[in-house]
Amino acid sequence: MGDASAVARESQDKDKRYDRQIRIWGKDGQRKLETANVCLLGAGPTGSEAMKNLVLGGVSSYTIVDGTKVTERDLGNNFLMDKSSLGQSKAECCSRLLQDFNESVSGRFVAETPEQLMDAKPDFFDGFDLVLATQLTSAYQHKLCDICRKSGARVVFGRSYGLFGLVRISASEHTVVESKPDNVLLHLRVKDPWPELAEYASNFDLESLDDMTYKHVPYVVLLIKLAEAWKLGHGGNLPQGRAEQRDFKAFVRSQQRRRRGEPEGVADEGENFREAVENAHYLWSPPGVPSEISRYFADPACEEITSASSHFWVCMAAVKDFVAERSGGALPLPGSIPDMTATTDLYLDLKRLYDSKAEEDCDWVFDRAIQILSRTPGADPSALGRDYVKGFCKNCAHVKVLRFPTVRQEQEGFLGGASQSSYLQSLLLSEDTAENAFVYLMLHAADRFRQTHGHFPGKFDDGVQEDVGGVKSIVSSALSEAGLPTIPVAEEYVQELCRCGAGEIHTVAAVVGGIVAEEAIKLLTEQFVPLSGTLVYNAIRSTTLRIGKF
Amino acid sequence: MYEGGRWEDVDLVLRREGASALTGPGFEASSELVPFLRSDCRILVIGAGGLGCELLKDLALLGFGNIEVIDMDTIDVSNLNRQFLFRMKDVGQPKAVVAASRIQERVEGCTVVPHFGRIEDKPAEFYRGFHIIVLGLDSVEARAWINETACSFLEHDEEGNVDLSTVKPLVDGGTEGFKGHARVILPGITPCFACTMWLFPPQTKFPLCTLAETPRTPVHCIEWAHLIKWPKDNEMEEFDVDNVDHLGWCHREATERAKEFGIEGVTLQLVQGVVKNIIPAIASTNAIVAAACATEVLKTATMCSAGMDNYMMFMGGEGIYTHTVKYERDECCPVCSPGIFLTVQSSVTLGDLIKRISVHPKALGKVERPSVSHGTDNLYMQGPLEEATRPNLSKTLGDLLGGTGQKALAVNDKRLPRTLRVTLSVVP
Repeated sequence: MGDASAVARESQDKDKRYDRQIRIWGKDGQRKLETANVCLLGAGPTGSEAMKNLVLGGVSSYTIVDGTKVTERDLGNNFLMDKSSLGQSKAECCSRLLQDFNESVSGRFVAETPEQLMDAKPDFFDGFDLVLATQLTSAYQHKLCDICRKSGARVVFGRSYGLFGLVRISASEHTVVESKPDNVLLHLRVKDPWPELAEYASNFDLESLDDMTYKHVPYVVLLIKLAEAWKLGHGGNLPQGRAEQRDFKAFVRSQQRRRRGEPEGVADEGENFREAVENAHYLWSPPGVPSEISRYFADPACEEITSASSHFWVCMAAVKDFVAERSGGALPLPGSIPDMTATTDLYLDLKRLYDSKAEEDCDWVFDRAIQILSRTPGADPSALGRDYVKGFCKNCAHVKVLRFPTVRQEQEGFLGGASQSSYLQSLLLSEDTAENAFVYLMLHAADRFRQTHGHFPGKFDDGVQEDVGGVKSIVSSALSEAGLPTIPVAEEYVQELCRCGAGEIHTVAAVVGGIVAEEAIKLLTEQFVPLSGTLVYNAIRSTTLRIGKF
Repeated sequence: MYEGGRWEDVDLVLRREGASALTGPGFEASSELVPFLRSDCRILVIGAGGLGCELLKDLALLGFGNIEVIDMDTIDVSNLNRQFLFRMKDVGQPKAVVAASRIQERVEGCTVVPHFGRIEDKPAEFYRGFHIIVLGLDSVEARAWINETACSFLEHDEEGNVDLSTVKPLVDGGTEGFKGHARVILPGITPCFACTMWLFPPQTKFPLCTLAETPRTPVHCIEWAHLIKWPKDNEMEEFDVDNVDHLGWCHREATERAKEFGIEGVTLQLVQGVVKNIIPAIASTNAIVAAACATEVLKTATMCSAGMDNYMMFMGGEGIYTHTVKYERDECCPVCSPGIFLTVQSSVTLGDLIKRISVHPKALGKVERPSVSHGTDNLYMQGPLEEATRPNLSKTLGDLLGGTGQKALAVNDKRLPRTLRVTLSVVP
């Protein structure tokens, strides 16, 4: 067997192994995962679980950093610890057992504490695409945040604390082309058909069609034609206001043919007419340019393209020009239409029309993007591929830009800034969010407690009640300093916090680690939308709350 | 540094008092709870797949020491991206057996008994023997089956109040891509699976005439080959979604048809996705949902913390969003509501019982040609099974239902709006 066929076989095996996830993020997403180098800080259950999910998914490499040794207690809360490693390096044990999950991932470990590494060798973090930072206290979260903003690595923080957890991301900017929303608005252009579509629709002579074809005229054509007919009787206007819109739908229904021999009888239910009624709203409220995209158009990153600008922003600038100069307000056509009742030929005709218009729009955007790059000193126009532009145009109604505040900005903002504290106030006052907003503040108080007492609250069986008092006073002074209200079950929550004694219960860690991995995958594949703000997980209620006005 | 024992993290919340507003009803902190989990509490995990592997690990690391697992599948290469207890060399082996042995190897003192087979092949008594049943399934039918079994254990008093000792808690998880759910079902107390059947939308089915006459998409071409062409060409043989030759045939036929109609996009991957109804799955969502479920198992077993009330939806595609909602029981649920109460002697025949049921006011005069079942046993059926089950009409209830005590029957009749539940108190 030659090398080429061995390579082909390996790639086939990988396709099979990763089939269930490739169906979600595609081969492109998988390829991005397979080139990612990920560092894990903390080989406790939260970190081990997070990394386990990424090793299974097939990242390129992992590096486990932990300076502690395997104890009896680790065997009880972490599946990536085994008895033979008692007393030895936790990082080494975790790294060795992770390797069993996927032989194509390369693993290594560093038996030092993350804190030592950050203090002594901050350049250690250069070269990682992503750092998963687990169980760090606030002070070292700040430090890692600063280090990784410089090195360019993105960070996902995960913290499990008894029955509670926190997850947040730090990165200066993350852009997503394929955000893959659940619900998408269709860009059908039935309100303002371009000339070829208008001509295609006008060529239908509905009267002359046989019954079978009549029931298979695509609803897009029906809407364009019936809108024209409506305009004739309404001074050239489309239906305006609810009453007219209702009348228009009735008008669409009335166009169905009657069943033979039943002159007064039931209309011959045509699925295509039902679809036309269902989608008639695209005539009076077409999707247009979403407000989020308009905001991106006005973003300094879009207005000032430099040689350092990413292709994302170059395409954004080109699409902005397209909307202003070319299309009269419509985004480039995505070039896909949903399935709809139609004959094969009519559907494929229509599909070709949309596809070729999408290609034409993409050509314009591509040309403009190249022009923008050509006039930008130091930029390389040849580095921009048409495929990227095509992908951008296809998804441009749903692209996303996320900019994450640093950990310090978030914390100072909340407890210092007036606008943030009024946000937190509204969370504390609303029944749905009060408990988890309080949990967020309480976990910060636990870190402060540790700074002053040298241990986490509830560490010793006989000191639980005393620690409850200590945490309560930290929380209440933080709340009153920021002018924030408390919540009815505040004392109960502090009690629960101290009861857990900062333990890492395996299943809480598995939820937090799972969410950390989920965010890591979204960052690495550059698909879907990562979490903005801080997520609070409450295992008592089995609820979460996202905190952050970003 | 304080190390504590192996189960220290769980023991903290079990041996220390919690705040009464945030713990379960009647929780009593005790250092006896860990030993209870280690040796007395019996848990059944149904499914050793994506959720099952995670559940087994989660329960073992919460300290549960008596676990059994049932699964009818064998390991496939496409499981390895998330079913972390399996390796390439295990492909073809029974999932339950391999999963059980991996957990036992890693977690000392945890016993996991595997059952390689179908859930329907185990008697109801098998399921009755567990304190809590945890579901890691991907099929609506299997969930409905186990739900009916668990609800058939329910006993009520004459006022319709649940006998709490007959409540068999179910904890159920499910995932698809970045989405999932976790829920706790306390039959008779919180909504059962049948109370909230609407949570599972029906699968998209294409009209046969679209497939036969006006295909427009690659999926139409594949479904045509699968549903129309195969039965026509292979009268004797059923299409087997796991047979490589059948899949290859389907791929060729669908490709041919797509070409004929000028449709693009039929690939083997899509063919498999459509005919096997593949649900995309990733490790992280399974880990999250399974862990949320396992936490609820711990709470249900020990009351150490307020339970989830009663359904959590998880959405990870756009940020992380969860919604925990208290669904309501359907008071008329045919599966978990008490329905009609009758006290009968064990010498009464099934035929006579049916007569008594038909004149009961709650039968609305609509029970004329009923089918009657007990759990998953068909006692008397209409249609093709009528002849085979007719002899049961003259048998006594004592013989048919296995003795005396409370028994739950389900009565169906075309004229009834829904299944009628009949709770029998069978006396000597």
